Amino acid sequence: MISERINENSPWQDITEGNKIFEAATSKEFCTGEWRTSTPVWEQEKCKQCLLCTPVCPDSSIPVCDQKREDFDYDHCKGCGICAKVCPFGAITMKEGK
Amino acid sequence: MAVRERLSGNEAVAYAIKQINPDVMPAFPITPSTEIPQYVANYIANGEIDTEFIPVESEHSAMSATVGASAAGARALTATSSCGLALMWEELYVAASNRLPIVLALVNRALSGPININADHSDSMGARDSGWIQIYAESNQEVYDNFLQAFLIAEHKDVMLPVMICQDGFITSHGVENILLVEDDQVKEFVGEREPEHYLLNPNETLAVGPYAVSSYYMETKRGQREAMINARKVILEVADRFQAMTGRQYGFFEAYRLEDADYAVVIIGSAAGTCKAAIEQIRNTTGKKVGLLKIRVFRPFPEEEIAAALAHVKAVAILDRSEMFSATSGPLGAEVRAALYQAKGTAETVNYFYGLGGRDITVEDFCQVYENLEKIATEHKVTDMYEYIGLRTK
Amino acid sequence: MENTVEIRWHGRGGQGAKTAALLLADVAFKGGKYVQGFPEYGPERMGAPITAYNRISAEPVTVHSNIYDPDYVVVVDDGLLESTDVTHGLKETGAIIINTEKEKEALLPLLHGYRGEVYTLDAKAISMQALGKNYPNSPMLAAVVAVSGVMEQEEFLKEMLDSFRHKFAKKPEVIDGNMKALELTFAEITKAKKGGVNP
Repeated sequence: MISERINENSPWQDITEGNKIFEAATSKEFCTGEWRTSTPVWEQEKCKQCLLCTPVCPDSSIPVCDQKREDFDYDHCKGCGICAKVCPFGAITMKEGK
Repeated sequence: MAVRERLSGNEAVAYAIKQINPDVMPAFPITPSTEIPQYVANYIANGEIDTEFIPVESEHSAMSATVGASAAGARALTATSSCGLALMWEELYVAASNRLPIVLALVNRALSGPININADHSDSMGARDSGWIQIYAESNQEVYDNFLQAFLIAEHKDVMLPVMICQDGFITSHGVENILLVEDDQVKEFVGEREPEHYLLNPNETLAVGPYAVSSYYMETKRGQREAMINARKVILEVADRFQAMTGRQYGFFEAYRLEDADYAVVIIGSAAGTCKAAIEQIRNTTGKKVGLLKIRVFRPFPEEEIAAALAHVKAVAILDRSEMFSATSGPLGAEVRAALYQAKGTAETVNYFYGLGGRDITVEDFCQVYENLEKIATEHKVTDMYEYIGLRTK
Repeated sequence: MENTVEIRWHGRGGQGAKTAALLLADVAFKGGKYVQGFPEYGPERMGAPITAYNRISAEPVTVHSNIYDPDYVVVVDDGLLESTDVTHGLKETGAIIINTEKEKEALLPLLHGYRGEVYTLDAKAISMQALGKNYPNSPMLAAVVAVSGVMEQEEFLKEMLDSFRHKFAKKPEVIDGNMKALELTFAEITKAKKGGVNP
């Protein structure tokens, strides 16, 4: 974990030269799900697996496995609601709170 | 064996670039630096070097492309002047904070307005806080020599900062003078190749350059940048030593010319220092008065303690600025030299002159008058005007 | 400084005064001198008056100002005499050289009472005679060398021959004509010196 090496308590001497980051996909460590004020709920029985929701998610929080979507990645979903809007089958509903 | 030549300052820089054969040069033309990319493009077209030249649509793009190339691992440079540097403003800071060892050939020219194409330091002085190392030249020889040293300073692992190699527009850039060139193979050996530790095109390393830094990281990052500038002091001198071993020509933070026994000293940057030297010789030969010169070569990092020590014995100092900073008090050099003297508890009287703005000429006679004024100030212990002008028409 | 020869050139944008100043710097450099050749830049365009300068010395030259009290002045276009005070600051121990088709006497009233030597040269006529084309730069260059003595004439001819051979490697037939223009100019200046036609 990069955040174990460099974090908000790091002295200036430990910050990398020019803030360079020597790892890929470090944003995974940043749980933006924390920001959510409303939460999408997936109703599996209504879902036709059309996969229209996946590409519109701005936070890549709808994982796909074997050509089928799975439940939300709530660590990173910010609750924007775009997926609920785009679903033609009413399989995603937004509920208040986390 | 050195090669005896006569070149303009722009030709000398272009020749240094040819000898270094850097990887990438994005550039956009602007007077009086236009000839530099023009000559380099010729060298490339003639197959003499294999630098990738990127003709861009603005200086904003020129510095952006240079930043990108340098982050990718290339030895990258560009050239500009005046408003071209102003249009690079944003990327100057990006280059420095991303710690990219870029070299910029700056041909100093006044910033608009009023629009003017002539020599003046307002462009580089405006960029003095951008985090770039700044090295200035008196002559074509010096700008060539400085350019050969630039990448070695920039790329040193303890530094990793961009370097601005400055010369006075037209006065040296378009003036032809005698110059001693270093032989090609010696230059090659001296500058070597850039061997980046981390670079974007390295397939074996994941790397992100230039991430957003929130306030809990920004200040620590800036402190790191300051450390690099502190380290640059040592590295600049080490590179100068190596250069001296190769050419016999000695460089430091500044040149102290007949300063060791001087009662009265001028502190100045750039081509006018040569004119000042002629005045010093004339005064010493005709009157025996002890006058000297401190010519700043390295303005960033600012050699505060060394300047104060070199001026410790002087009775009166005139600090000459070739740009305004509209503090309604000093020019940039005046403010910093005075601060250095204050910090060292210096006793010299000081006066700050503005000269040469927008290419206004300064002559041997002008310098003679400056020294006369210094003598008067030192004798009477009274500075009538802390901020004066040379060659200004007034009622 | 006292061993430095200072020369000021007056011409019009596009006439080659700057080129001539750089050529003089070149040839003096090849003759072993320390040189400066530099133009004074304004917002000039083709036809606007321009000034260029030379310093030539046996010692390194550090001065980077313009030249206000030249030893020699060269005027590439006599039309400038009406509008520009070309002798301003010119040392009376020095000389002015003017490229003109006119008689010297006709120009003297335009020289603001200058009391040093005045040379006129019809560079166009010399160039036409030697080359069949109007390239006034070579004669003006030879004239300033002959009048100022900044270098020996023989050395000058040798260096110019070298540089013409280099410059005209692909058309060697023009080399002789260019050399002839220089020699004709030397003859003209020698005649002017001997003839005592100087005021």
